[in-house]
Amino acid sequence: MTVELQVAQGWLTVCELSALVPGRGVAALLPDGSQAAVFVDRAGRAYAIGNQDPFTGAHVLSRGLVGAAAGRPFVASPLLKQRFDLETGRCLDDEEVAVRTYPVRTAATS
Amino acid sequence: MTEPSPTIVLIGHGMVGQRYLEALAERGVTATHRITVLCEEPRPAYDRVHLTSYFSGSTPEDLSMTPAGFMEEHGISLHLDDPAEHIDREARTVTSRSGQVFPYDVLVLATGSYPFVPPVPGKDAPGCFVYRTIEDLLAIEEYAKDKTTGAVVGGGLLGLEAAGALQGLGLASRIVEFAPRLMPVQVDEGGGAALLRTIESMGLTVHTGVGTQEVVTGEDGRVSGMRLSDGSVVATDLVVFSAGVRPRDQLARDAGLDVGERGGIAVDAHCRTSDPHVYAIGECALAVDGRVYGLVAPGYEMAETAAEDLLGREKEFTGADLSTKLKLLGVDVASFGDAHGNTPGSLDVVWSDSRSGIYKKLVVSPDGVLLGGVLVGDADAYGLLRPLTGSVPPVAPEQLVLPAGVGAPVALGPSALPDTAVICSCHNVTKKAITACSTLPEVKKCTKAGTGCGSCIKVIGQLLPAAADKGLCGCFPYTRAELYEIVRTRRLTSYERILDGHGRPEARGGDGCEVCKPAVGSIIASLAATLGASGYVLDGEQAALQDTNDHFLANMQRNGSYSVVPRIPGGEITPDKLIVIGEVARDFGLYTKITGGQRIDLFGASVDQLPRIWARLVDAGFESGHAYGKALRTVKSCVGQTWCRYGVQDSVRMAIDLELRYRGLRAPHKLKSAVSGCARECAEAQSKDFGVIATASGWNLYVGGNGGATPRHADLLAQDLSDAELIRLIDRFLMFYIRTADRLERTSTWLERLEGGLDHLRDVVVHDSLGLCAELESLMADHVAHYRDEWAETLQDPERLRRFVSFVNAPGAPDPTVKFVPERDQVKPDLAVLTIGGSVR
Repeated sequence: MTVELQVAQGWLTVCELSALVPGRGVAALLPDGSQAAVFVDRAGRAYAIGNQDPFTGAHVLSRGLVGAAAGRPFVASPLLKQRFDLETGRCLDDEEVAVRTYPVRTAATS
Repeated sequence: MTEPSPTIVLIGHGMVGQRYLEALAERGVTATHRITVLCEEPRPAYDRVHLTSYFSGSTPEDLSMTPAGFMEEHGISLHLDDPAEHIDREARTVTSRSGQVFPYDVLVLATGSYPFVPPVPGKDAPGCFVYRTIEDLLAIEEYAKDKTTGAVVGGGLLGLEAAGALQGLGLASRIVEFAPRLMPVQVDEGGGAALLRTIESMGLTVHTGVGTQEVVTGEDGRVSGMRLSDGSVVATDLVVFSAGVRPRDQLARDAGLDVGERGGIAVDAHCRTSDPHVYAIGECALAVDGRVYGLVAPGYEMAETAAEDLLGREKEFTGADLSTKLKLLGVDVASFGDAHGNTPGSLDVVWSDSRSGIYKKLVVSPDGVLLGGVLVGDADAYGLLRPLTGSVPPVAPEQLVLPAGVGAPVALGPSALPDTAVICSCHNVTKKAITACSTLPEVKKCTKAGTGCGSCIKVIGQLLPAAADKGLCGCFPYTRAELYEIVRTRRLTSYERILDGHGRPEARGGDGCEVCKPAVGSIIASLAATLGASGYVLDGEQAALQDTNDHFLANMQRNGSYSVVPRIPGGEITPDKLIVIGEVARDFGLYTKITGGQRIDLFGASVDQLPRIWARLVDAGFESGHAYGKALRTVKSCVGQTWCRYGVQDSVRMAIDLELRYRGLRAPHKLKSAVSGCARECAEAQSKDFGVIATASGWNLYVGGNGGATPRHADLLAQDLSDAELIRLIDRFLMFYIRTADRLERTSTWLERLEGGLDHLRDVVVHDSLGLCAELESLMADHVAHYRDEWAETLQDPERLRRFVSFVNAPGAPDPTVKFVPERDQVKPDLAVLTIGGSVR
């Protein structure tokens, strides 16, 4: 199984699903030079959001810890600990802030 | 031209004198006035109330009431060892013993009292002492070294304190009290009897209703015994007179100020003497109600009154409550209000149990108003009963004195108190003021309540809002300490199993959160050796629990780069190793800075550089410094006896030993330590979680210190330890902390929160009161035996190295946003790069 991200050019293969540790993320370099943070939760579901932490500008969200609040998965920034909903990209600690999200799917390795 | 600042001269620097200075400082008077203090004793104000604690390990420094730097900060000129000898009220000057003349605009007398020594023959013989100052205490200690018996004249409050001190010195001791019972002022006959039984059961001999007629001396002129009024002669090596105190008013008498018939400098309700330029406060003053108050709370009240009056503000001192709660010879004794039932028509409600030495009496009026009481042996109810005095308690008085389990249960809590009830009588703080705060530290800071005698702390705790949910986070209903016990006793090493088995119902089976994951990861790591789990924090499921710093074994900095800190035990490093650090920094373009912990931090490494940097460092003999972990950081040291002319022990060797012993130990928060080679304390050990200071005969261990935002001086836990004793005690201390502290709770806040505080800690880790010490030591032995360097292990395992890439889909490609620009011949993060490509807040 591979993890794929939808970007402007279509579906981009990021890595093998087995390379992801549940509860942790990895960063992916996208064709336009931007970065995505890709996560898999305990149930095996994958998520992808922008890797840049809007509070510091650093590209570090992939290195945060994954958790769940009220049943919804989030990642907490490793720098100042603001949490971002993995499905919507919204910041749970500041409603005016959000990061972008990417459609993500897992596909059988061809 | 500016007017010269008005000058205040304070004579006497005891507890009340210091409180007066603090009252001036709080009101800004220290900024507008010149203040001079003349002190007879060789040391600044100290806690005379707890003098006896010197014999249970407190040092004179521990007893100090004068915050470090207080005098300098407020521009107060303190003259120690130079008492005032003469007051010239016309010229408004004070002459001190050294001959200096101090002019004043305002003079404040806080000369305190002196011990009364009955005029019996032999009272001045070598071996006769009084019990009032630290110097008295040191003299008694010195004299008692080769003695076996002691006697105290006076069975009041101070007499019992003194008897406790003699017993602490290992002397077989007796108490001689003229009145028919012990503590005649505070307790009634029944209370005195309960006290007598308990004190006799401790091996002290008590004579009541007997006077001292003569101090008998031997051929060498030294004390050998006492002749009592019943004709008997008892043998004793030394005598301590503790038969009450008298106000020190001689200076005032000589100056022509009004004094009372039985002594005491007469003051009005504003604490002014018969000269409007002169105040008198504390034990030397005779208040308007015709009494001299020997307790510290009324003294503080007078200090406040005099300070307010100086500013022309209205405050009166017309008398004070003599309520008191003490622990004498380990026995709780409290008395409050009309303890002796002097109010006409008053009635008693008494519970007395001679078997357990408990006596409780409440005095009530016929219509049920609580007037006062005496509690001996169990004074827990004091904090509640004293504020209720003067009102009709919400439950029947007999329920208030019956022990738990006898009769109807007591349904009275502090919530029943009226808002106006005074909870802290030392600082006169009401329930209303306390309930405006939400935590005990906040109460202490904002109201000073609980910082005097401390007897009200339990009630304050009950008044504060109980944290409704003490759970660690939304996932667990348990505190960290409770989770530690669950992990330890059930031997769980999987976060998911812990969450699914012990999490809140709604959190089970879920993803947990960023609060509990690292906390549980830390608990598992702390116990890893004992549980047989992998101590390596990057293994398996544990990898998903660690904060990013633990995940990459480095410290993330603001632009997403990392810093690297190799361990330099004790701050000792060879030139060759220094060169390697320099070469690595140069080759990888890292910014270098010396840390506060005597090591070197290398900044600006990208994730993919970390393994290559560490390969070089490990090769040169370095290992992880755990700067990224909630773990032992460094053990600082001064250069010690080896080089320093003042050093008395090899502090560097001890620091290295300690650092190597506790390296890698995962804890609720980071741990810092230091070892100083002499009392000059160059390593600043007293600001560390555990600090060690060399003495001529060993090591003193201090715990719970902190720098940072809320600095705290460490408390002395034990003295003059051998190397082995020191290490054993630190083993126990650290493991007890790891076991019971909250998440991210440093030892300083933990110790502040720990019920029973330092005494309790000492009971547990020194006296093994919980029977835990063997287990704590064995946990630490497991840790020491299983320690491995995390970086060396990581480098050996290609699987573990896989995570050290910037991009999962482009291994080897550096992160283009981690850029640097030059500054002062080194680099710093290029923050401009980070503002591109997003709406940075």
